[in-house]
Amino acid sequence: MDERAETAGPASGGSPAGRGEGEEEVEARLRAAAGAGLRRPVLPVAVEAGADVGFSVHETGVGRVLLADGPGRALVASVFVPDDAAVERVLRRLAQQVSPRVVEAPARTALVAEQLAQYLAGERRAFDVAVDLVLATPFQRAVLERLAATGYGARTTYGALARDLGRASASRAVGAALGANPVCVVLPCHRVVAGSGALTGYAGGLDAKRRLLELEGAAPPPPVGRPRAAGTGSGA
Amino acid sequence: MSAPPFALLVEEHWRDVARLARALAGPVDGDDVAQQAWAQALAAYPPAGLRNPRAWLLVVTSRCATDVHRARTRRPVPVEEVPEAPLAGADPAESELAGADPALWAAVRALPERQRTALALRYVADADHATVARALGTTPGATRRLVSDALAALRRELVAHEDEGAAGTAGEEQEGVRRGRAG
Repeated sequence: MDERAETAGPASGGSPAGRGEGEEEVEARLRAAAGAGLRRPVLPVAVEAGADVGFSVHETGVGRVLLADGPGRALVASVFVPDDAAVERVLRRLAQQVSPRVVEAPARTALVAEQLAQYLAGERRAFDVAVDLVLATPFQRAVLERLAATGYGARTTYGALARDLGRASASRAVGAALGANPVCVVLPCHRVVAGSGALTGYAGGLDAKRRLLELEGAAPPPPVGRPRAAGTGSGA
Repeated sequence: MSAPPFALLVEEHWRDVARLARALAGPVDGDDVAQQAWAQALAAYPPAGLRNPRAWLLVVTSRCATDVHRARTRRPVPVEEVPEAPLAGADPAESELAGADPALWAAVRALPERQRTALALRYVADADHATVARALGTTPGATRRLVSDALAALRRELVAHEDEGAAGTAGEEQEGVRRGRAG
């Protein structure tokens, strides 16, 4: 539109005052005046106002994380989003599986964001927020709900979780279910390691998994623990 | 095919909505209109058969502006004079904007509402004539006429204003001068 403003002048030089030219100038002026100092809108963030899902994106010590609060005022997503494309993928998934009325609303996720920061600073061992596994399939839900049994600083294995679920041969399926965890860190899928003790895949990257385990390992041991996998894990 | 997350619509179109709201309601009320438009759009989202979210948002915005305009015109508000001082309650940023091109805003405000809406949708928001027609509940042919009448009226107003500013008088004998300046 700026090009337009510039070219309108010389073009109008020799010709009579036809309709087009002066009007193009008016048009350019209108565009310029309307576009000066635009301000981003402040959207409603309350569920009552139609904001079914409120999300925020946070830079944390283990990477960029998107948090989302659902229509039932429970945490529906805590997902690693290394880049903007990942943010968009998560938002599209929320739109499709929860509600398209997704808005940025840091106030809605402030509580869990604060607890996440405390946890990553080693000042918190458990999350005290409502979680809604609406993004998980029934099988994923069954696996993820078992994670609560593995407390802070403890570890379990894919095989042990599969056995707990009565499907001893399903450790791969268990691994896939954990990989699809929509509520990372808060539901501690990082505490699940391979039978060998080795760290295997993690949505936030192996580096993030290692750091989370080191963080928990550095803290005083939990009062009751499942047997820890051999200490080789944290060095892997 | 599901509706995209509302946040992506905001990200993609907030500037267009803000510009349109400003052109429709002026620099002072424009931001209010934009806020209202987003709130209404969120509450109604997704509308049935949504194919072109941008066009839908522009229509919602123009309707909000019409509502605000109607609410305002129930009270007597001078439209012929450019306010020297910002409207009461306007913050400094807003009065700065009003000062950006006061003659233009005055001329836009003085347009008949349908002309203003058609003009803003077409040239500020780059909406096609089908969208303009939908917003105004009329035909694309009629919106073309509205837009060209609006542009012509604006140009007349602005040229007259400049002449007044330059010569301190405004009369029929200046028609030639006006054309000279405009050309």
